[in-house]
Amino acid sequence: MKTQNVIQVEGLTKMFGDFTAVNAITFEVKKGEIFGFLGANGAGKTTAMKMLIGISSPTSGLAKVAGFDVYKETESIKKNIGYMSQKFALYDDLTVKENITFFGGIYGLSKKQINQKRSELVEELGLVDVTNSLVSSLPLGWKQKLAFSVSLIHNPKIVFLDEPTGGVDPITRRQFWEMIYNAAHKGTTIFVTTHYMDEAEYCDRVSIMVNGKIEALDTPKKLKEQYKTDSMNDVFLKLARG
Amino acid sequence: MKIILYIIKKEFKQIFRNKGMLPIIFILPILQLVILSNAATYEIKNITFGYVDLDNTKTSRGLIEKFEASNYFNISNRFSSEKEASNNLLKGAIDAYIYIPNYFERDLQKHKINSVGVYVDAIDGAAAGVINVYITQIIQNYSRTITADFIQVSDAVQKPNIVDSIPLFWYNQTLNYKTFMVPGILVLLVTMITLFLSGMNIVREKEIGTLEQINVTPIKKHQFIIGKLFPFWVIGMGLLTIGLILAKIIFNVPFVGNLVLLYGYTSVYILVVLGMGLFISNFTDTQQQAMFIAWFFIVIFILMSGLFTPIESMPQWAQWLTEFNPIRYFVEIIRMLMLKGSGFMDILPLALKTLAYAVVMNALAVWSYKKTI
Repeated sequence: MKTQNVIQVEGLTKMFGDFTAVNAITFEVKKGEIFGFLGANGAGKTTAMKMLIGISSPTSGLAKVAGFDVYKETESIKKNIGYMSQKFALYDDLTVKENITFFGGIYGLSKKQINQKRSELVEELGLVDVTNSLVSSLPLGWKQKLAFSVSLIHNPKIVFLDEPTGGVDPITRRQFWEMIYNAAHKGTTIFVTTHYMDEAEYCDRVSIMVNGKIEALDTPKKLKEQYKTDSMNDVFLKLARG
Repeated sequence: MKIILYIIKKEFKQIFRNKGMLPIIFILPILQLVILSNAATYEIKNITFGYVDLDNTKTSRGLIEKFEASNYFNISNRFSSEKEASNNLLKGAIDAYIYIPNYFERDLQKHKINSVGVYVDAIDGAAAGVINVYITQIIQNYSRTITADFIQVSDAVQKPNIVDSIPLFWYNQTLNYKTFMVPGILVLLVTMITLFLSGMNIVREKEIGTLEQINVTPIKKHQFIIGKLFPFWVIGMGLLTIGLILAKIIFNVPFVGNLVLLYGYTSVYILVVLGMGLFISNFTDTQQQAMFIAWFFIVIFILMSGLFTPIESMPQWAQWLTEFNPIRYFVEIIRMLMLKGSGFMDILPLALKTLAYAVVMNALAVWSYKKTI
């Protein structure tokens, strides 16, 4: 089943003046895969991700996301992906219900679809009691789970998560990863960046970026064998320190 | 279309939920209209007035009485010498004084030429001009009646043969400055509020990070922009309505023109302002920057709008610059419509310019709005 490549990247490069933020990275991500995109702060993860989601134009190289070109078909890419940014990006001054309705609406869902999605969503997340509360009144963990669900509202082929669990407590992180697994099971491809090495263990494959380059890419198990340690933490430290 | 509706709904919810913003949108403009319209006046009242009367006759005292009878002048101070009067003018104790020389009455009776000196504190040139006109008018009127009296008394053959002008003031017959100012101030309010709100709105989403989220959705540029700006267009029209009602109730400003024309014109005009706001929004990263730039333009627009100083008296290059000032167009049109009762054909040239401005401004705004970073 996991044969089709939904993300294909070849020599993708982004320069800011003389500075090479992303240096000729090459990888592919298969359908339904949970792909961990690791790297220290400033390694170029977010820049690479922004090229893939079509809000930043690459300097050179090739990339196709959901079969669409990142240079010319960014709007088609956007129809097929979900995105959850580092910054919390729902509207604080709207209620849970209004946020879901708004994002469903701008993805072009019908009223019926929105209503159905909304009741499913609040049920799953256990937010039934707070549907009419402002999002600003929710704890961070709840907000993050809601934001993740909203990024899936239009059943995208791929969802990009930029440090989705930053600042969230361990229990909520656990629940968050359960949601990620669920989505992956339904065939959604997950592209996730994180700083938590235990989360890296949950991924099917991980890539580790150092100074704009991908220095390692494999399953967590093989990476640990290759670097002769028993935790992803040590793999990361060995690579990131050079 | 459906997508635009979702955005509009969201914007309205956010605007009306923001308890800090609502008073700024609706209460402040009303206060400004009431306060500014009463305070921004060209009328000079309460002129502190003095005189030096060396003649000290019935005729000279009669002239002073005329000043005392006038509403514009405060009780006169009598000075014994010109030096004393001039010292008081220097100290700022009086705004103006007149100097009646010796033999004032005698010379008038003999039809000899005599003149009354008028001295005005001219630090504020405009006010000085007005004071001078008031004083001159009183003196001329007095001299006309007094000459007529003397002619009868002396039974002279000679008749005064003066070409006289009788002013008739059209469109604002009572020269009520409020009639003149209120429509203009209304324009300012509509412009300021819509520019500030639209300028800060998109940049606010940039600041809180939701714009990035919007940019990764397949939403089209025009959908987002129309959805964002439409609520402010509605607010602008709402402000105009509130302002017009207040103008009628509080200031009793006449409205002789066509209301439909005014609304039609305003609906195009607000597009210009919203386009500017969006344009500013696109080139700034924080609300402070946007506010600063918007404020910079608003001040120039207001001062060069012909609202406070006539455009005709500006230097040529400045007059040329006012062609780029949307407020100038609106001030002119609203005065034409409310006070003159101008028709469609009268405002058409200005309205077409405004329409062209709106098209260009919004094209620029849409073009400069990028869904990429």
